[in-house]
Amino acid sequence: MAGFLLILISAIFFPGIILRTKSIASGRKGQGVFQPVRDASLLLKKGSVFSTTTGLIFQIAPVITLSTIVCAIMVIPFANQTALISFEGDFVFFSYMLALGRFFAIISALDTGSSFEGMGASREAFFSMLIEPAFFILIAAFSMFTGFTSFSDIFSHFFITGNHYVLIYSIIGFYVFIQTALIENSRLPVDDPKTHLELTMIHEVMILDNSGFDKALIHIGTWLKFAIYGSLMYNVIVPSGWNIFLQILLFLGVQSLFAVIVGLLESFRARNKMNKNPKFILSVSAIAMIAFVIILILTHKLNQ
Amino acid sequence: MSALIFFIIIILTFAVFTVPKSIKYYYSLLILAAGIVLTSVWSINVLAGGGHDLKIEASLPVINKSISLIIDRLSAFFIIVINITVLVGLLYARGYLKPYYKTKNSLRFSIHYFSYLWLYFSMVMVVMIRDGLSFLIVWEIMALSSFLLVIFDAEDTTIMKTGISYLIQMHVGMFFLMIAFLIVGRETGEMSFDVLQRYFSGHSNLLLFILFFTGFGIKAGFIPFHTWLPQAHPAAPSHVSGVMSGVMIKMGIYGILRVLLFVQYDLLQIGVLILVVSLISGILGVMMAIVQHDLKRLLAYHSIENIGIIGIGIGLGVIGLATGKNILSLLGFSGGLLHVLNHSLFKSLLFFNAGSVYQATHTRNIEQLGGLMKKMPYTSILFLIGSLAICGLPPFNGFISEYLIYIGMFKSLASASLYQSIAILGSIAGLSLIGGLAIFCFTKAFGIVFLGEARSEKASLAEEVSRDMIFPQFISVALIILIGIASPWFVRPVFDIISAGFGLTGTAIPAASSLSNLSQISIISGIFILIVVLLLVYRHYHLKSKVVTCGPTWGCGYTAASPKQQYTSTSYAYNYNHLAKPVLQNEKMMKEIGEDEIFPPKRTFKSSGDDIFRKLLVDRPVDLVSGLLKRIAVMQTGRIQHYILYAFLFMIVVLMLTWLNII
Repeated sequence: MAGFLLILISAIFFPGIILRTKSIASGRKGQGVFQPVRDASLLLKKGSVFSTTTGLIFQIAPVITLSTIVCAIMVIPFANQTALISFEGDFVFFSYMLALGRFFAIISALDTGSSFEGMGASREAFFSMLIEPAFFILIAAFSMFTGFTSFSDIFSHFFITGNHYVLIYSIIGFYVFIQTALIENSRLPVDDPKTHLELTMIHEVMILDNSGFDKALIHIGTWLKFAIYGSLMYNVIVPSGWNIFLQILLFLGVQSLFAVIVGLLESFRARNKMNKNPKFILSVSAIAMIAFVIILILTHKLNQ
Repeated sequence: MSALIFFIIIILTFAVFTVPKSIKYYYSLLILAAGIVLTSVWSINVLAGGGHDLKIEASLPVINKSISLIIDRLSAFFIIVINITVLVGLLYARGYLKPYYKTKNSLRFSIHYFSYLWLYFSMVMVVMIRDGLSFLIVWEIMALSSFLLVIFDAEDTTIMKTGISYLIQMHVGMFFLMIAFLIVGRETGEMSFDVLQRYFSGHSNLLLFILFFTGFGIKAGFIPFHTWLPQAHPAAPSHVSGVMSGVMIKMGIYGILRVLLFVQYDLLQIGVLILVVSLISGILGVMMAIVQHDLKRLLAYHSIENIGIIGIGIGLGVIGLATGKNILSLLGFSGGLLHVLNHSLFKSLLFFNAGSVYQATHTRNIEQLGGLMKKMPYTSILFLIGSLAICGLPPFNGFISEYLIYIGMFKSLASASLYQSIAILGSIAGLSLIGGLAIFCFTKAFGIVFLGEARSEKASLAEEVSRDMIFPQFISVALIILIGIASPWFVRPVFDIISAGFGLTGTAIPAASSLSNLSQISIISGIFILIVVLLLVYRHYHLKSKVVTCGPTWGCGYTAASPKQQYTSTSYAYNYNHLAKPVLQNEKMMKEIGEDEIFPPKRTFKSSGDDIFRKLLVDRPVDLVSGLLKRIAVMQTGRIQHYILYAFLFMIVVLMLTWLNII
């Protein structure tokens, strides 16, 4: 339960910290940390405009996408506590649940009949398909190392296997989760949310026609997704046995660090050329594969 | 006694030819229902009654030969799978065939219904008969009856051609099975599945298994044996494609499982063989599906993908048997077997709805469709549910079987040796890639066909199909959702079938823990549905209190947008095509504009995705043989003098050979 609440809380700060980082890095005065939250609550109060082309799918998709994300949070553990719902193979459920949300986001974009949104939908489907194996390879490596098959069990046994090389794969895990989060949430270097040309966007162009309540839900979903990956990163670098209060502080620290990293990346990096993206994304799978090979060595399966 | 009833029902199928045209449908439905009730009672008895095999002896009066039908749990499972889809298919056919009543005569309908019934009875008998010769006979009947069903629209010459090509490829498979059975017969003196045990204990297991696997694999549609599938499915009427793709190709899976029950040695090689072939089928199947423009051909390629997923489960199960990992065997085989049921439900559903789209728009070309959701709301929602289920997304049934396969792999990873770990990791990555590709494919199929604006006049004039065609599909939908949400009810019997069939010991505890995991999935799926419903209700009341206006889609300032500017299926897959070029061999046919062409004339552009395997395995050998025959045909001059000369030369050769004492 604590994990669930912590993810919700950190999700509130997340977009604000990214914004603050970006404005400080570019020497602007910028908005306050709560500006995104204020924007969203404004959106919630507004009415909506619907395209006449759209139909049922466009109406229900934002709700379904947000619900999938909320359900995905439920399987993520925090510290020594098991997640709200934990079972063997819950990471498969996690990944497929997020995929369900993505499915609806994509068809909702296609529902508008706009070629911009079709383009965004196609890219989203394509890139998220390529990142899928990376997550599974990484989890397979963790599962093989710890001998457990649920998020809660894997993370609670992560640092007590008595292996001193644990930092190698926790760093690789951290890196892969960062990249996955950036790709899944369509941030730099794969996609630039602040670009002003529809032709170069992925995620933003998919939601061009959403307004009011639905748009607020989509934004909230994006923040939650960031916080989910932030907490996965937290789980691979902080041993679950530590003091719980220290852990809460550390959790918020890691989430802020992640937000700052995203902000800095967006301030100092250019976006990839769109047709270079597949190679970039596949390289993340390759790095996950390295984690797997390292663990083959560590578990003495691969002996000299 | 019950065997007698069964054969009476089969004999009554012949009466389809005599009843009047208007009640032919109802007569066939009656016969089918009788068959379904009888076989379902048998299978439920077997499944519920502690798993004792049901043996039904029947002596055929005229040829004085006795046939024994044996139903064990595996057969019982397959009978239930067949029954559901064949019943829904015939119910759907009532509406689908209505337009044809004006154009086709009574005999055509008799043949159609007769073959449909015989396809059903032959499939049921395929899973019940153990004797080799009788098995081959019903296997052949299955091929012939499905051939007759495919060529229902035989006025169209391409359909006739496709049908014949289908028939030939089925017989190539038949040939492999025949050789396999003949080898068994020569070595053991008996041709039957039951003597396989004896054969396998004393001979090479791998070689005979490869023969069986090729024979059954052609029916199942594993790559590279799939070449008939993407041609035959689009050609057949939709209720037939639903049944063929939903259950007929599963007879190949049944055969493979039946043979595997007896295999004793070389298990590791066999497991790796199945796994590799299945991974290739799964990934290439869906990769080729994405580039298709014909809705039914797209679905046909997806059948190959799903056969691949089933095969991955079976392959892992065999590897588990070979290495003594009972848990991998249990979960792998169960995942594969449950996917047989799941795929039969959602794939037939998708084919039926593709048929409804075809009936409403008279085209299967995805590029010409669009915007059908507003005109055909029920069909769209049924297709959407099928799409979500086939992508393996929760809370639908496809997720459950894929989950079982995944969890089997993850659980056995920790204790696996180096090579096993690599094989399992490859399967995990492959299966996740298949999942991602399937989502790509079905967002395209659903999004382009049903959403946006109509891309052609045909699509804009579409109307919802009749209720007769929609209602039967709710049976499939109900099962899809039920298996997704209440999975333990369905997985428990599958576990029983597998652990009894393969004699797995010590599986009670892992089975129980898997079932409790599945009930956790049921709980979280329930929570998910609850959240969705609550949020939708809240949104409904929220929007009521706000100003809601309608307007055109945002066009970036451009106001005269036309439906032709929408993203098409080709443009949706453009990025992907670029990456998948080495595998897919897409061809573009166009003439570039030359530099000196000041006034370029009218040009055409055509792009097509070709199946490399069909080119290599079917087209090229056929071209080679027909080229050779054409060269020999020089002798066929049409002059009687030449033919007399040939006869004369032949006699001289014979005389010479006799004189030289050669013959």
